[in-house]
Amino acid sequence: MAFTARTAFRWLLVLAVTMLAVFLASCHRGGDAAAPGFRGIDLTGAPYGRDFRLTDADGRERSLADYKGKAVLLYFGFVQCPDVCPTALIRAAEVKKLLGADGDKLQVIFITVDPERDSPEVIKAYTAAFDPSFVGLYGDAKRTRATADEFKVYYRAVPTGSSYTMDHSALSYVFDPQGRLRLALRHEQKADDYAHDIRLILAGN
Amino acid sequence: MKRFAITLATLALAAAAHAQVTVKDAWVRATVPQQKATGAFMQLTAAQDTKLVAGSSPVAGVVEIHEMAMDNNVMKMRQVPGGLALPAGKAVDLKPGGYHVMLLDLKGQVKDGEVVPVSLVFEGKDGKKQTVEIKATARPLNSAAQTDPSQGGHAGMKH
Repeated sequence: MAFTARTAFRWLLVLAVTMLAVFLASCHRGGDAAAPGFRGIDLTGAPYGRDFRLTDADGRERSLADYKGKAVLLYFGFVQCPDVCPTALIRAAEVKKLLGADGDKLQVIFITVDPERDSPEVIKAYTAAFDPSFVGLYGDAKRTRATADEFKVYYRAVPTGSSYTMDHSALSYVFDPQGRLRLALRHEQKADDYAHDIRLILAGN
Repeated sequence: MKRFAITLATLALAAAAHAQVTVKDAWVRATVPQQKATGAFMQLTAAQDTKLVAGSSPVAGVVEIHEMAMDNNVMKMRQVPGGLALPAGKAVDLKPGGYHVMLLDLKGQVKDGEVVPVSLVFEGKDGKKQTVEIKATARPLNSAAQTDPSQGGHAGMKH
């Protein structure tokens, strides 16, 4: 009797240790944000950046659902910007090329944080200069602010001489084909890093 | 291309005549209609310590010397306070990701290939000001930071 009880206890102990090990292993996997090897910031499950409601340069109302089935690369900027915005959009065009045949599965979206100056005509000509498939979106001042807030995007008009410039967040956001926010890539990262992560997203990661 | 080479040669001569600041590979980012601002990029090398303090151009109402900086993933563009320092003999790049000559209040579209005259005002240590006239050729809006060999000065020189 005593023997059986001790054996049972031993087996329970082994079971408990095994379960603990499995639990710890799963914790480790779950806690490791770099599990799929993303080079960008993993925002999977973030409680923000869920959607937008803006107008495209042809006057159509747009939301994320319109781009379902494609990965989306989203950038906030402004047209009167000589440096980071062209650099970001040049990179986006390069990323599309790097994706090869999968380039068509990526929708690049540019949202202006300067709707006062960036008219639909200007936005349309601007995005088309980088790639005719790029979409430029705008809203009125209120909607633009609400969209930026939803994405935790900072922007502010700063006077310079008789004009003004815009300080703005220069992250590029990546959505998976189901329309879920997944990543933010930094301005300093290269087209290769962007293409790497978007390939993973398109592969179902 | 030939014209660009001539422009460059003229530039080199102009710079040599002043013997103060050499301007290389000056270009302006082309704009779309109704776009009100763009940037001019180039490489500046001063013979003596000097500063780029101001500029003007017939295509722009206002010309400013700007610096772009990333601050915690936020892009900030500012006028360089007190002018852009050009240490003697050191090539200073004005390129995307750093400094640029900002052309504001544009009077019209800057088209690809257009030659844009820009006057740059330099101030020496002695406080003496010198103006250098440059001609910057507009490159397509989607021109990247690095010198495009098909449009750059060195390729032009080969002709």
